[in-house]
Amino acid sequence: MQEHEVQMQVNGKVVSGKVESRTHLGDFLRQSAGLTGTHLGCEHGVCGACTVIVDGDAVRSCLMLAVQADNCEVTTIEGIAEADGTLHPLQEAFRNNHALQCGFCTAGMITSLHAFLSENPNRSETEIREAISGNICRCTGYQGIVSAAMEAAEKLAKR
Amino acid sequence: MGVRQIGARVQRVEDENLIRGDGKYVDDIQLPGMAYAAFLRSSMAHAKIKITDIAAAQALPGVYAVLTYDTLPSSLVSKTQLETYPAPIIKQSVCPDLLASEEVAHVGQAIAMVIASSRHIAEDACELIQVDYTALRVAVDVVEAAKPEGPLAHSHLKDNIAASIETKFGDVETAFSECDDTLKLSFKQHRGGCHAMECRGVLGDWQQQLGELTLYSSTQCPYLVRRMVSRQLDCPESSIRVIAPDVGGGFGPKAGYYPEEALIAIATKELRRPIKWTEDRREHFTATNQQRDQIWELEVGFKKTGEITAIKGHVTHDSGAFLNYGLLLSATTLMPLPGPYKIKNLHVTLNTVYTNTVSTSPVRGAGRPNAAYAMDRVIDAVARHLSIDPADMRHINLVKNEDFPYQPGSKHRNGSMMTYDSGDYTGMLAMVKEMADYDNFRQEQKQARANGKYLGIGLACFIEDTGMGPYEGVNVRIDVTGNVIASTGAASQGQGHATVIAQVIAEQLDIEISKIRVESGDTGKFPHGIGAIGSRTGVNVGLSANDASGQVKKKALKLASILLDKHEDALELSDGAVRVRSDSNQFITLADLALQLSPAVAGKLPDGFDSAGLEAVSYLSSDYMPHSSGANIAKVEVDIVTGGIKILDYYVVHDCGRILNPMIVDGQIIGGVVHGIGNAMFEQMVYDDAGNPMTTNYGDYLLPLASEMPEIHVAHIETPSPANPMGLKGAGEGGTIPAIGAMINAIEDALTPFDAYIAHYPVTPEYIVELVDSEKIAAE
Amino acid sequence: MKASAFTYHKPNSLEDALGLLQNEEDAKVLAGGQSLMPMLNMRFVQPETVIDVNGLDELARISVTDKLEIGALTRQKTLAKDPTIKQHLPIMQEALTWVGHFQTQSRGTIGGSLCHLDPAAELPMVALLYDAELQVASASGIRSIPMQEWALAYMMPSIGPDELLTKIMIKPWQGSHGYGFQEFARRHGDFAIAAAGCLIKIDNNIIEDIAISIGGVEDVPRRFTECEDVLRGMRYDIDDIKTHVREPLSQINYLDDSLVTGAYRRRLLKGLLIRAIEQAASRS
Repeated sequence: MQEHEVQMQVNGKVVSGKVESRTHLGDFLRQSAGLTGTHLGCEHGVCGACTVIVDGDAVRSCLMLAVQADNCEVTTIEGIAEADGTLHPLQEAFRNNHALQCGFCTAGMITSLHAFLSENPNRSETEIREAISGNICRCTGYQGIVSAAMEAAEKLAKR
Repeated sequence: MGVRQIGARVQRVEDENLIRGDGKYVDDIQLPGMAYAAFLRSSMAHAKIKITDIAAAQALPGVYAVLTYDTLPSSLVSKTQLETYPAPIIKQSVCPDLLASEEVAHVGQAIAMVIASSRHIAEDACELIQVDYTALRVAVDVVEAAKPEGPLAHSHLKDNIAASIETKFGDVETAFSECDDTLKLSFKQHRGGCHAMECRGVLGDWQQQLGELTLYSSTQCPYLVRRMVSRQLDCPESSIRVIAPDVGGGFGPKAGYYPEEALIAIATKELRRPIKWTEDRREHFTATNQQRDQIWELEVGFKKTGEITAIKGHVTHDSGAFLNYGLLLSATTLMPLPGPYKIKNLHVTLNTVYTNTVSTSPVRGAGRPNAAYAMDRVIDAVARHLSIDPADMRHINLVKNEDFPYQPGSKHRNGSMMTYDSGDYTGMLAMVKEMADYDNFRQEQKQARANGKYLGIGLACFIEDTGMGPYEGVNVRIDVTGNVIASTGAASQGQGHATVIAQVIAEQLDIEISKIRVESGDTGKFPHGIGAIGSRTGVNVGLSANDASGQVKKKALKLASILLDKHEDALELSDGAVRVRSDSNQFITLADLALQLSPAVAGKLPDGFDSAGLEAVSYLSSDYMPHSSGANIAKVEVDIVTGGIKILDYYVVHDCGRILNPMIVDGQIIGGVVHGIGNAMFEQMVYDDAGNPMTTNYGDYLLPLASEMPEIHVAHIETPSPANPMGLKGAGEGGTIPAIGAMINAIEDALTPFDAYIAHYPVTPEYIVELVDSEKIAAE
Repeated sequence: MKASAFTYHKPNSLEDALGLLQNEEDAKVLAGGQSLMPMLNMRFVQPETVIDVNGLDELARISVTDKLEIGALTRQKTLAKDPTIKQHLPIMQEALTWVGHFQTQSRGTIGGSLCHLDPAAELPMVALLYDAELQVASASGIRSIPMQEWALAYMMPSIGPDELLTKIMIKPWQGSHGYGFQEFARRHGDFAIAAAGCLIKIDNNIIEDIAISIGGVEDVPRRFTECEDVLRGMRYDIDDIKTHVREPLSQINYLDDSLVTGAYRRRLLKGLLIRAIEQAASRS
């Protein structure tokens, strides 16, 4: 078959649609689910801008077919803040630390760090830098992002 | 209130949307009936082409149209891209056909455009288009291409020289005959590509009944795009609206005018539906301008005491296939020479040479990092030759404070004399040395060498012409709700211009930033604009926003004095109202004042007011170009077995005059330094002898990542610029400009025991190992 | 960079998967997708059929009897954290610190890495050190391929077009021994330009046994048996070792391309090999 019906939970809501086999998850989220916060920077799995969380794991949405995410739980940048709109500590920290400039890599940075810090609290700056080495930023030089991650990690550890 | 906004680390107004994923970049925009474009691009570097079949592509279900050179409308002024920046000095100007007619000149040049119901199908159709290629001789190596007998990049040219330019002042011949000693220096520079995380993209929406074209483009210069599309398509500028929505980084290559912008405009008009083209990353390597090779040959004349008296030489500059951005990159390579150093005799020539590779045009810093690199390498080479410490060598040659305003002798591209307005170059050098504990480093380095560890320290000092005019206007209007709308011709790709504009207005009008909305990057919302290039926006919008809001404040006070029947001296503007100083009960809100000037019903404007609205516009710019400057130090450790380089620390002292938002300036600097490190160590656009690009993905082309970057320590000094009333200087590219020189000087310093001379960058581990000649080490 | 069209299947059982492999002429197996998806997106491969094996849970298990059995579909992330792997194959967890990024490890599998067979891939290098047995299945049955015979040519394992890699069987070294893994890459997570892995057993300062695998320097990763033969039985003396490895190192046919030369790979490998041996010795 070259077309499939898919249904997944995205940010807590059911999203369904018809996709070609070849449509990757990033394109499905952006076009069928209307969630354009996830960005495509390279479509070959290096830049990390397209990172989303699937069943708890950070994955590159350009390297997963939409049809593979059938019945999965997906979290995108739009689902990082609370339902009432309260920003996640990572989002607050990004703003406090000037961790974004053009904003294009930001969604992938935040989802990656969200997944990473959930499983790896109390990490050093070196470990954080290695954790985001799968996310490319051309604007900031990473320093603000690292500060933001450290600040958020501290807040999250206290929760 | 009276909260200081200017100079404060104000959080960015842009962030709220972006951190939530609510940004809107070109590819995020969906319009009803929208179709998608893909390009068939040349797979050969230089060939005659003939399209032999488009029928199969046209017949593919989902395909709406296939455009080629032959099918482009004859109403076009030209089917070849119009020159963006023509100049009489250009000897041979070649721009690409919008879609190639008979000859392709680089891998990636567009041959056909397919419009279809999805990008997937458009790419499927591209595969079905048949093209016959007949190979022509390929010019790849710029040195070979520069020779009169070199292979021609374009078969109709007599040679590959697009232009020859020079910078010349003083009397180099006499200076060379009188100096104590001379040194020859050659090196190759290789800056890389743009690699904004968002590729380019254009969405065209032609509205037939309005006769209006809207183009969304991921561009740094919406007004340039409007002008060029208007000229190319021969339709009035007023019928075209260009919008730069959220743009995911620009860095220079998004500042030009590209064939895709004209083609999308043509296609949407023809097909009467919105059409979107999103560049993919592989296209970005071969269809978006970049920087690449420059071969430098210099000769330096100097005194035994270290004072450099003359520099002469030649630069061979790779233009790539087309001069679609004029000579800006070449000009900005020579113009900053001799940098912050007091060298009175200079003659450097430059040839801009065509090759069958992607066109080159400015990338973050344009030619300025190249010029700064040249100077920092010259300084270090002479220092080594004379056994003078590189920091001392810089101190000897730097322009001193008593010299300001200093005119090196060179000219701007607008013909005026280059003038360094203010600064403290020697002070910054001293400061960065202290930050880096420079004097103790030599000791540390010696001890490390005894333990088989190779540490190195490198310096760089630079100047940067910024804030170029003629303007970047701002219109400030207070509306009848008491909120401020500021519209500007500025375009942003992450630099936080809206925040800075809001800060300036907030301070002038004593109003909360949350009440200020900034509209930018939209030719439909502000009539005139230039674009975000050359670290110019902050200066120009800062001045204009300040001036315009100052005028609004005057209007408000004047009108309030009439309405309250008080002398203006008795009034003050604070917290959203004009108030009588001595009586808190007497005030009139800005909202009410605005209403007086924009009444809903017919009435009369108060005496002395002949224009509507509580608003004012300003196009204030600097009298001449303010010069930012800085001093940088890099510290590295080199592993001579693997050639691996670890960056230990990086220090920046920066002077951009009066700082509007230190948080934003730091971000620009740190980001710029990392880009420079990328150029020094990682980024290389490789072509083989047949002109095939070998690095067209992020596995082969390496960008700097967080894991290899050091902590970058930044300190500022502020020497206000006398060139404008606010003392502002630009800050966008001062991070990148010195960084390559600092890094290369540091790496070379680490390899001093091996007498290494670094002749080209990026410095790969392999190159390090060659320099060290580790056959000896391997034998141990 | 959108993939060309293909038919997608997600079999629920190994039997179904093998049936598809047998019947589909032009099919690619999709496991982690971290290598295949970029190739699909860039149209470097344009298969008619893609067979998604991620539903075959039985291929994602780790078990221990007298051998370690690792299902081909086991995620790199799982291997990196698994206590059984930590206990028996700590070198695998060390090698995994060099593999890609944590996002790619969420999906990437050991089977995928072995089948993709990048010349510089770390997991094949680890499998080589242990003379792993690779079990492949097809509709006609099961067979076992010794790791030493796995690599046929550049990125071409000796698996048939209708076969699926199902599990990797490794007999861990018994008794006290050390392990080392050294790699050089341009940036964190990049493909290795050269890499060396080493297991070493030292008794009374004699190298009782040694296994070395090398990657990144030739078309395929392999066991460096010529070098092992020279070092086995020697007294452990690092300066002696440096001398003795020179000859085997000089016999390697180093990869040479437009981005990295063979000469550099040779110099690099020498350094990394010594470091790997030293690291292994320090742990033994």
